Amino acid sequence: MLYREAGQFKASYAEDQQIFAIRQDRIAVGALLVFAFVVVPLVANQYWLSAILTPLLIFALAAIGLNILTGYAGQLSLGTAAFMAVGAFAAYNFVLRVPGIPILVAFVLAGICAALVGILFGLPSLRIKGFYLAVATLAAQFFVVWALTKFGWFSNNSSSGVISAQKIEILGYTVDTPAGKYLFTLTIVAVLALAAKNLVRSSTGRAWMAVRDMDVAASVIGIRLMQTKLSAFAISSAYCGVAGALYAFAYLGTVEPEGFNLDMSFRVLFMVIIGGVGSILGSFLGAAFIVLLPIFLNTAAPLIEHGLGLQMPPGFMSNLELIVFGALIVFFLAVEPHGLARLWQIGKEKLRLWPFPH
Amino acid sequence: MTATTRRAGDVILKLDNISLSFGGVKALTDISFDVREHEVRAIIGPNGAGKSSMLNVINGVYHPQAGTITFRGEVRRDMNPHRAAASGIARTFQNIALFRGMSVLDNIMTGRNLKMKAHFLEQAIWFGRARREELEHRAKVEEIIDFLEIQHIRKTPVGRLPYGLQKRVELARALAAEPSMLLLDEPMAGMNVEEKQDMCRFVLDVNEQYGTTIVLIEHDMGVVMDISDRVVVLDYGKKIGDGTPDEVRSNKTVIDAYLGVAH
Repeated sequence: MLYREAGQFKASYAEDQQIFAIRQDRIAVGALLVFAFVVVPLVANQYWLSAILTPLLIFALAAIGLNILTGYAGQLSLGTAAFMAVGAFAAYNFVLRVPGIPILVAFVLAGICAALVGILFGLPSLRIKGFYLAVATLAAQFFVVWALTKFGWFSNNSSSGVISAQKIEILGYTVDTPAGKYLFTLTIVAVLALAAKNLVRSSTGRAWMAVRDMDVAASVIGIRLMQTKLSAFAISSAYCGVAGALYAFAYLGTVEPEGFNLDMSFRVLFMVIIGGVGSILGSFLGAAFIVLLPIFLNTAAPLIEHGLGLQMPPGFMSNLELIVFGALIVFFLAVEPHGLARLWQIGKEKLRLWPFPH
Repeated sequence: MTATTRRAGDVILKLDNISLSFGGVKALTDISFDVREHEVRAIIGPNGAGKSSMLNVINGVYHPQAGTITFRGEVRRDMNPHRAAASGIARTFQNIALFRGMSVLDNIMTGRNLKMKAHFLEQAIWFGRARREELEHRAKVEEIIDFLEIQHIRKTPVGRLPYGLQKRVELARALAAEPSMLLLDEPMAGMNVEEKQDMCRFVLDVNEQYGTTIVLIEHDMGVVMDISDRVVVLDYGKKIGDGTPDEVRSNKTVIDAYLGVAH
């Protein structure tokens, strides 16, 4: 009964084209933003802020990036972590080598660097599709990590390419508390998520989806396939690049090229698949699922062990965690291949009718 | 015969000696015909005659090995899809080629993509030109939705629609570009009688209201003879007949091609 749009009439196309066209949604989103920006920094402890929420947001941003490429433009990529690495090392070098550069400018430039690398490795997409393209993007994954390790210039000649990200300074104010870093990350992620949503609901996004769904029909409409695919690679990589820069500056502080390995690319890909392919909301849900589930299992396992009065061999529980984690992923994919975003949508449709069946 | 009463203007599309082959397979051999402004021009022929290839040549999906295409006075060796779209040629496909992951509204809006000029950075902040364009084009798209009577399904994902409606949405997407020439590849295939009547009505309405030139491939001879001004007949990639429906109907070669010849 609460979630009804009865009586909410749309009198213009502008009203009909809002991101959240239903009043209850707008209230909920507003409340969520207030919660994330005001309540969380006040009540959450340091562990939650710096070890869970900040990386969750960063991975959500990377997932949005990959979702633009894979979910909207239909180009499978396994190079996400590589583009993140480019962003992280580019931001590091801009701050290092350009004295007095504002951090946000460095992040924007890092995004642009990642976009250029993305375009370069997106070139094969003009000829190949699907799994073959995924294999081609693997080249980005290995090449970038190799190049960042091999050429000392990128890491300012530190051993094995490890870099320590500089302090985040905004207008003379140093952001070094967990809450500050969380808010810094949250602001960037919120702004970029809104921009992504706007992009995918405008002609750029429609061109991406058209190429994804039926490329011949798209070209006959006048959409240039090359331009569209490369723009998806560029914007997707820019998002991943900014996520990588945040990963180094706001989360870990010290990163090495090997940290951005294939594992991480897969992690982001899983987030996209579980969250929902072709959904901005899904990117957040997927990131939350993948980041929070291991922590949840970690906390739940000893309780279960204790509750049942069992004495498990050491190491058994951590393995069990992996098994449960894998099983849940398979379960989710079998039950809802379109991911958590679709489940959310179905739930909302049901709620609109509740308590009536039809 | 309504066909004879309609206006037909100057020749806007002229194909001269088009030949197209894929490896050793000759899809089209030395075909010439023209299309006049505002007319309904049908292309018929048995299966595999090269009708769809002909449309693909016109809007640049295929590039013929020989011949020239003259569209609005511009002589070209071949077209490319972007140029064809930009110069006002839209088309539908034999097998529905809608964007299945998108809603009806988004599909039709995509048809207007070429007309949207906003930069992606403007679109990202949804401000100024991007926002204005989105509203203007939405209004235009709603006109087309009204015209084709698909208001009730505008927010439905196209994958959920029945076949007949999907065909109609595809027509809407083509119309969204406000084309001066519309290529329809079997718009009535697989439809029941009522759906065919609806589709005929829409095609004729488009032709009359917007003055759109229509090039149509169709297998239903009743439909073809009823709505087209002139018919070109292909068989095995060669042109075997060209003229008004009546002329074509009494053409000996055409009858042989369709019914077979006694040996």
